[in-house]
Formats: sequence, structure tokens, C-alpha cells
Amino acid sequence: MPQYEAGTFDVIVVGAGHAGAEAALASARMGAKTLVLTMNLDMIAFMPCNPSIGGPAKGIVVREIDALGGAMGRVIDKTHIQMRMLNTAKGPAVRALRAQADKVLYQQEMKRLMEEEKNLTLHQGIAEKLLVEDGKVQGLITQVGGIYRANSVVITTGTFLRGEIIIGDLRYSSGPNNQQPSIKLAENLEELGFETVRFKTGTPPRINSNSIDYSQTEIQPGDDVPRAFSYETTEFIMDQLPCWLTYTNEKTHQIIDANLHLSPMYSGMIKGTGPRYCPSIEDKVVRFNDKPRHQIFLEPEGRNTREVYVQGLSTSLPEHVQRQLLESIPGLEKAEMMRAGYAIEYDAIVPTQLWPTLESKQIENLYTAGQINGTSGYEEAAGQGLMAGINAAAKVLGKEEVILSRSDAYIGVLIDDLVTKGTNEPYRLLTSRAEYRLLLRHDNADMRLTELGHRIGMVSDDRYEKFLAKKERIGEEIKRLRNVMIKPNEATQQMIRDAGGSELKDGIRGADLLKRPEMDYDMIQRLTASETELEDEVKEQVEIQVKYEGYIEKSLQQVAKLKKMEDKKIPENIDYHSISGIATEARMKLSEVRPLSIAQASRISGVNPADISILLVYIEQGRIAKVSV
Amino acid sequence: MEFDTIAAISTPSGEGAIAIVRLSGPEAIPIADKLFQAPSGKKLAEQVSHTIHYGHLVDPWTEETVEEVMLSFMKAPKTFTREDVIEINCHGGIVSVNRVLALVLRAGARLAEPGEFTKRAFLNGRIDLSQAEAVMDLIRAKTDRAMDVALNQMEGRLSKLIGTLRQALLESIAQMEVNIDYPEYDDVEEMTRPIMLEKSMWVRSEIDKLLQTSSQGKILREGLSTVIVGRPNVGKSSLLNSLVQENKAIVTEIAGTTRDIIEEYVNVRGVPLRLVDTAGIRETEDIVERIGVERSRKVLKEADLILYVLNYSEPLTAEDERLFEAVKDMNYIVVINKTDLPQKIDLEKVQALAGSRLLVTTSLIEEEGIDQLEEAIADLFFEGEIEAGDMTYVSNARHISLLHQAHQTISDAIEAAEMEVPVDMIQIDVTRTWEILGEIIGDTADDGLLNQLFSQFCLGK
Repeated sequence: MPQYEAGTFDVIVVGAGHAGAEAALASARMGAKTLVLTMNLDMIAFMPCNPSIGGPAKGIVVREIDALGGAMGRVIDKTHIQMRMLNTAKGPAVRALRAQADKVLYQQEMKRLMEEEKNLTLHQGIAEKLLVEDGKVQGLITQVGGIYRANSVVITTGTFLRGEIIIGDLRYSSGPNNQQPSIKLAENLEELGFETVRFKTGTPPRINSNSIDYSQTEIQPGDDVPRAFSYETTEFIMDQLPCWLTYTNEKTHQIIDANLHLSPMYSGMIKGTGPRYCPSIEDKVVRFNDKPRHQIFLEPEGRNTREVYVQGLSTSLPEHVQRQLLESIPGLEKAEMMRAGYAIEYDAIVPTQLWPTLESKQIENLYTAGQINGTSGYEEAAGQGLMAGINAAAKVLGKEEVILSRSDAYIGVLIDDLVTKGTNEPYRLLTSRAEYRLLLRHDNADMRLTELGHRIGMVSDDRYEKFLAKKERIGEEIKRLRNVMIKPNEATQQMIRDAGGSELKDGIRGADLLKRPEMDYDMIQRLTASETELEDEVKEQVEIQVKYEGYIEKSLQQVAKLKKMEDKKIPENIDYHSISGIATEARMKLSEVRPLSIAQASRISGVNPADISILLVYIEQGRIAKVSV
Repeated sequence: MEFDTIAAISTPSGEGAIAIVRLSGPEAIPIADKLFQAPSGKKLAEQVSHTIHYGHLVDPWTEETVEEVMLSFMKAPKTFTREDVIEINCHGGIVSVNRVLALVLRAGARLAEPGEFTKRAFLNGRIDLSQAEAVMDLIRAKTDRAMDVALNQMEGRLSKLIGTLRQALLESIAQMEVNIDYPEYDDVEEMTRPIMLEKSMWVRSEIDKLLQTSSQGKILREGLSTVIVGRPNVGKSSLLNSLVQENKAIVTEIAGTTRDIIEEYVNVRGVPLRLVDTAGIRETEDIVERIGVERSRKVLKEADLILYVLNYSEPLTAEDERLFEAVKDMNYIVVINKTDLPQKIDLEKVQALAGSRLLVTTSLIEEEGIDQLEEAIADLFFEGEIEAGDMTYVSNARHISLLHQAHQTISDAIEAAEMEVPVDMIQIDVTRTWEILGEIIGDTADDGLLNQLFSQFCLGK
């Protein structure tokens, strides 16, 4: 194959899925001349699995992406068919937004955004080989011999690396949804010394909506209240489509039992590790055989299609068994299967080979993001893509690197977990992975990240000024509530009684009254006769910040402690083998992960407090030695 | 980890007439002020630095006077660690010094890691490079031993109990997490405030019990309750006297209403024992019948350790065998006394009856075998891994301090539940309690929760 010089860029992004799209947009937005290379331009931001975005933890990631100037929130706000706020009966820390997506519209909108972005070039092509010189990436060569030169490369190949689809005893080389797999690039990464693991994930069958008897299912509508992920969204889609709920039953489970020998999961054909939080239906039935039924959600894939995603029925059983399964489920007796479910195995790189910027430790200026790093989920991919894009561009442009801490964002938790602990199954974010989830709320993503987004050039001045104004209104209102006295007059007592609280004995400050469980902001506002009418978002912030002040304060104290440890940096050139006293296991783990700070070191499993103490002493010793020379 | 206030006993254990508990860190003075009462009523914060003060330590929770002490007050930077330092000089002896340590830990100090004072001195630029090397060796050496102790205790009753509490908490936490992360998953009951409250109350009451009765805590306050039993004239009183003579008695007291039960406090190789001699009880013909006397039975039941004395120069009697039966589920050591006389006892049969229990032969008259017995007691307590009382009581104080912390966090959870705070926020304190209890038994693996989640629930969406 003759080669030719195809162009020079600051940053090349390989892949245009959820990670690639964010990486490319971020890099371009930061001011880097960026190329995004994808196998198929019609598959930009494709959702090979469920047609939904958000949910607990993940929804907060979408908000964080938005606050940092990313695209996912804006795009889903324009293309969803349903939105729901989850966990509304619980505290503010765990509320989360979830949207059902119109998959095709989502792709089109993302593609449009990318096409509009200046500094960003889209090109269809297959990356085969990275150009690496002196341990530093220089660009890549495509299948057709195009040589693309760049200072940084971001690889976001999802499940394409040596992807293999498995249905029953059929197994063939493929990316998701029968796209081309990436074989040459996988071999190239192996040659370059990347350690990989084999993961597996799966997807359920899709059926035609016209063949569903909805009368036998329960309706699951969206919220009546307009909702949006992006802080910038001003137009809301109110025309929503419902989802539907049905259940498996004894008969379904009998079919699975009778055909288990045909399942590649159980015949030993699938070796890759699958995610525990998203098991196949055969897994659910085998592992929880006392459960008489499992939930099946029927989710429309879009407005202009009749295809319906059968959430909960992920399987790799042969197609004829999948048909039987569907027929056993109420409402789906006559279901017309449009696509069969399948399992997919793929290579993921071991993520402890990355720095917290998502740059590879082996090859300078090479970044990886998304499912290739062992995660699962569109939001996890997008969050990483955004950070990899920001850092790839920052490095080229000589700007500061951006690492979010565990107390800054769920994205910080995600990346820190990956690069510090690695993962032995496809990694999904869960709220329980965050130590400071009270600080990492859905509502305050802008409070946490807009400042940073603006500083690095991802958030416009205009948006930033709006944010500052909002912040100021929140601060002023809190100050007002802390000062204003509420007298125990009859009107006040009446309102408190009506809310089910006990009467006031004395006058009380507005903020203190708001702390009572039965009170909310609107009540206090009425009692204190405020003249300015504030936006709902401001009211929400005021209420949460005042009501949960004690808890928030407690979390902040913990964060302050952690910060001291984060600030104790470990020199990059440290040689753990020359430090006497560190236990062997800790020594190996530290050498592998090469943590940047003492805090990160202490999160590595197998590194105990004594090792940390020794490390601290050693580093201090080095510092003193340097000074005294 | 850094920059908090640490405390530890800084004198060798048990031996000296005076022991020192040292505190270092930004909270050292406020903590001491919480506990210390000078006759003048003056607060330490008002005093001149580098001075010594006489006064009492008073438990602020019970207002009980704990110790008469001399307290050295040294403000940073001219101190060993270059931080504020308080040294509390109290009476020597394991019980009193541990009581003081437990008190300062409760008041907000953290138990120092081995070598931590020296480490701070180094980090704050107080000592030089060569000394630092020594610190690292020290940290490693001491920690390995501390870990041995921790491992030994893993087997113990305490860790089992803690394990039960943690599992109960974990199930609630997992359930809560499922509610949060899988809000549509309908197969798990919604975790509600009343359920959370009930469970938290139960855990708190168990922690209360542990704090009151855990053998570890008991040792700190009153020693390991040790009862000497055996037929008449096997040498019980001689054994008591030998143990007391060999070891300096810490306290001697005669219980007011039960003058016939004598208690002696002794320190056997770092293990504090409260020796209870039933010898004072009027002896009846049938020893088992005597055990049946309500009071003696109670003493026996509450014993942490039994020293069961047999006569080497007489064959085993039916009574001896019945006594084996009476103590069979307890911790005991068989002491075969009077080896100065010809052997009549069938040692193989004794061994068969005693199973895996330790046998020690003595001649108390000839002063033989006492060392072996003391070693056996220490072995039993430390499971043979550690020399005289070095780390163990410290880690006990650590347990107690952690239990107090857990008590605090679970109380916060209870208060929040009563205040109708949202369940997922109550759970923050519940999770913290679970983590603190994990520190007691050294189980801080953070994938425990996820494993629980995925094994307990069948999750999808």
C-alpha cells in the first residue's frame, strides 16, 4: 500500500463514539487543530445498547460534562423522547436525571455539532498503526496509507478492538451491531507494549412496537415538569413517549434452563469477564433461581422508528431460543423480533497503564478514553473522552493539565478508580463509589466545575458571567435568610402547624427555620416577605445549602483532610525499589501505578499505612537532601 | 493522617512507678484542657509554656476523677515534634496508664502509629537524615508485629461480634445503595427511616454492650477475670500467693459483701489478671456441689480464664472429672501441682480430658513451674506471638477508641433519623460506622460493598 502525507494536526481522535465525540469537540474547543477519524461517519455517537442517557451517578456525570463545556447534555436535551428525575423521594445527593434517547436524532445532532465546530475536521477512515518515535506518538497511518501527523493522539475505540460477536454457538469477528472490528490497531497496541484484558458485554433483542400488546404491560411515562441536563438549555421538549414494563415468568425461566447448554456463557465459549451490574437474563435466572420473575422494560428507540429495546433481556442464547423467550412474556407473545440480542467480547487496555490525565505511561502524548479503558456506559465514556480531549489539547498548547479529584466530580472518581485500582470487570459508576456524594450532586455540577471550565477555555465568557451572577444571588439569599428574623405570630404558627411541625417558642432566623424537616424554601420565602423572585435553580441551591449545612460541612472537613494528602506530591522519578522498608506487594503496586500524590498512593489496594509512612519520610528526606546540596 | 493529634504511652509498659502518656498535635492543648483540672482552676491555654502542673484528670462524660497526674505543657515549636506537646505523668501500671490513654483517645486524639512521634519530629525538621533511616526501620518492624496481633485478634470473639454488626450494617447499606442506583428495581424493599433507625439503635446497643463487656475493654479497666478452682488441698491458695508474690500486686481489695471471695490484681507478663480465689468459701464435701452455690457459679461463669489445679500425688477422682465437665466450654489451663511428691495421677487421662488445653506441672512449695504457668497465661492471651504486653494493650486501647468513634457516628445516624433527614443522608453516618468497625478488625477492603450488592440483588437496568 503506497503511503501519502494526509495532513498535520495538533490532536487526532480515533473513534467518534461517546468518548471520541467529546474528546474531539473538547480538543477543538480548547483551540487545538483537531482531526477525528472514524470508521463510519454515519455511526457518530451511536448507542449500540440501551437508548437512554443518565440515571444515578451517570446522570450527574452528564451534568458535569455540561458544566465543563462538553456536548452530551446539550445533545440529549434536544433529542430525547422522555425525561425523568429519579430518586425524588430521597435526599438531594442522589437525585438523578435520566433521558430516553431518540438514537438516530442523537447521532445526527452530535454529528452536526462536530461539523459546526471550527478547528475540527471529520474524516472517515480506519487507523491501523500509530507512529511512535522515542517513546512519543507522532501521528498514525490509516488502512489506505494516509499518514496523519499530530502532537497528540486520543484513542477511543470502544469495543472494536478484536471485537467478536457471539450468539449461541456462532462466533464471528465484528464490532458492535455488525460493524468492522479493529484488528490491526489492536495488534499495533500490543506491539507497543500495552497490556490488555478480555471483557464481555451484551445486548438484548429489539422488537417491532406494532407487535406488542401494550394492554398487558404497565405504562412508565416521563415527568410532567420540564427538565434538562444542560445548564444552557432553554427550550424543553414536552412531547414525550412512554416506556412500558412487563415481567418474565416461570415459563421464561424454564426455557432458559432447558437451553442453558446452548448459551455461550455456560458452554465456556465466552471467556471474557462481563459486568455484574448488567447481567444477561440467563445469568439472572441461574444466579437468582428463587426469583419468580424479572422486570422487562420496553423502551422505544426513537420517534421515527418502531424498534423497541427489550431492557432486561440481554442474552447470547441462539436466535430461536430468543424468540421463545420473547413469546413467553406477557405482551410480547406475538413480538416480531427485528434484531437478535448478542454478546460481544473485546480487548480493553489495563487502565493502570494511564496517568490520571488519561495519557499513557508508556507512550507520551498518547491518550485513551472510554470503553477501551475497561469501562461500560455512554456517560462513563463521554466523561473520559472529555478529559482526554482537554488534556491532549492542553499538552499540545502548553496549558495546565486537568485532573479532577474525587471531591470535584464523579468523573474524578471514575478516572481515579481506573488509574489507581484498575478494574477486573467492565467498570460502571455507582453512587456508592463516591466518598463525597453529598458534595457531588446533580444540582451543583455548575457550582463545582464552571470556574474550571472557564479557566481552561471550555466555557464561554458569557456563560461564565451568568454563572457568577447566579452564584452571587445564591450567596445573597443565604445571607439574607441567616439574618432575617421570623416572629412567632399567628400566621407563622399556622403555617408551621399545617406543615406538621411544632410551634415556635421564640423568634427564629429564617435559615434556622428552613433547617426543620417540614419546612421548604417557598414557605420561608412567604414568611420573610422577600421582594425579589428568584429562579428555581437558585431557590434549590439555597434550600439545599441551608438545609444540609451540617452534613455538607462534615464532608468538606473530610475533603480538607484529603486535600493535604493530595498536595503531598510524589516525584515522578521516584524509584520504589530503592526505598528500604516498603513491603514487597506495595513496592510492586506503587511501581506499576506510579501515583502522583500520597493520597493516590494510599488508595492503591495492597499499600498499607506503614508503607505510606515510609514513603512520606523518604520523600521528605529527598526534599531536604536537595535543599542542602 | 498527618496533622491530627496523636497520643501514645511513651514509657515501657507496666514496670516503672511512673508512666507517661504523650500527646502531640494542634489539638493537644484543647484535649488536655477538656480533661485536666488544676487546683487553681486555670486552663492550660492560659499557662506559660514549658511548665509542669499538678492536678486531676476528670472524665468529662461521667465527671469521675480518673487519675492524679503531673502534666507537662509544651507549646510548639520548641518540642520534640515541633508541635504542641502534652505529657501526662501518671501512676505506673498497666491499668491506670491505659485508662489515661483511653480517655485522651476518647477526647479526640488518635492513637499514634509506631514511630509516629519520631516521624513527625523528622517531618517537621527536628531530626536529621541518619535518624530518619532508623525511623523507617522502626515503623516497619513495629507494624509487622502489630499486624500479627491484629491477625491473632481476627480469630477472636471480638472480631466475630464486630463482623456480625458490620454484616448487619452492610446489608442495610447495600439495600440503600440498590434503592439509589436502581430506583426502578422493584424486588428490594425500600429502605425506610424506621428500618434504618431500628437497625442503628440495635447496632448502638451492641456497641454499648461491647464497650461495657468486651473482654478487651474489661482488661483495661479491671483485668482478665481469672478463677482458681480445684478440690481441697490441691494448692489453690499457694498458687494465688505465688502469682501475687512473683508479680507486684496492683490493687488488693476485699469485696465488701462477699468477704469469702478474695480478689487480687496482678500483672502477669503484660496481661493484667484479676485473680479470684474461691478458696475462702467454706469447703463442703462435694466440690461440684460447692460450685453449685449461686455466687460461685456466677464467678465461674463470668471468668475469662480458669486455672484448674490438680494434685500430682493423687489419682484422678470422680470429682475431678466432674469439674472438667463443669469448665469444658471455658478458657482454662490445667495446673498439676505437687510434683515434689511421687506421681499417682494418670497424666494421659488428664491430657485426654483436657483436650487441646494447656497443661502445666508445678511444685509451688519448691517454687517450680511458675514461670511456665505465666508463659502459658501470656501465650493464651497473646496466642504466643508477642512478648510481655508490648503492643496488645495499645491495640486494645485502639479498639476502644474506635468503638467510641463508631458509637458517635451511629448516634449521629440515629439523631438524623429522628430528625427526619433523608435516608440516603442518614446512610452516610451508617457507612462511616461500618468503616470504623472495619478498622477494628483490620478489614478495610473497599470492594466489600459492591460484592454484597451484586451477590444479594439481581440487578439489571
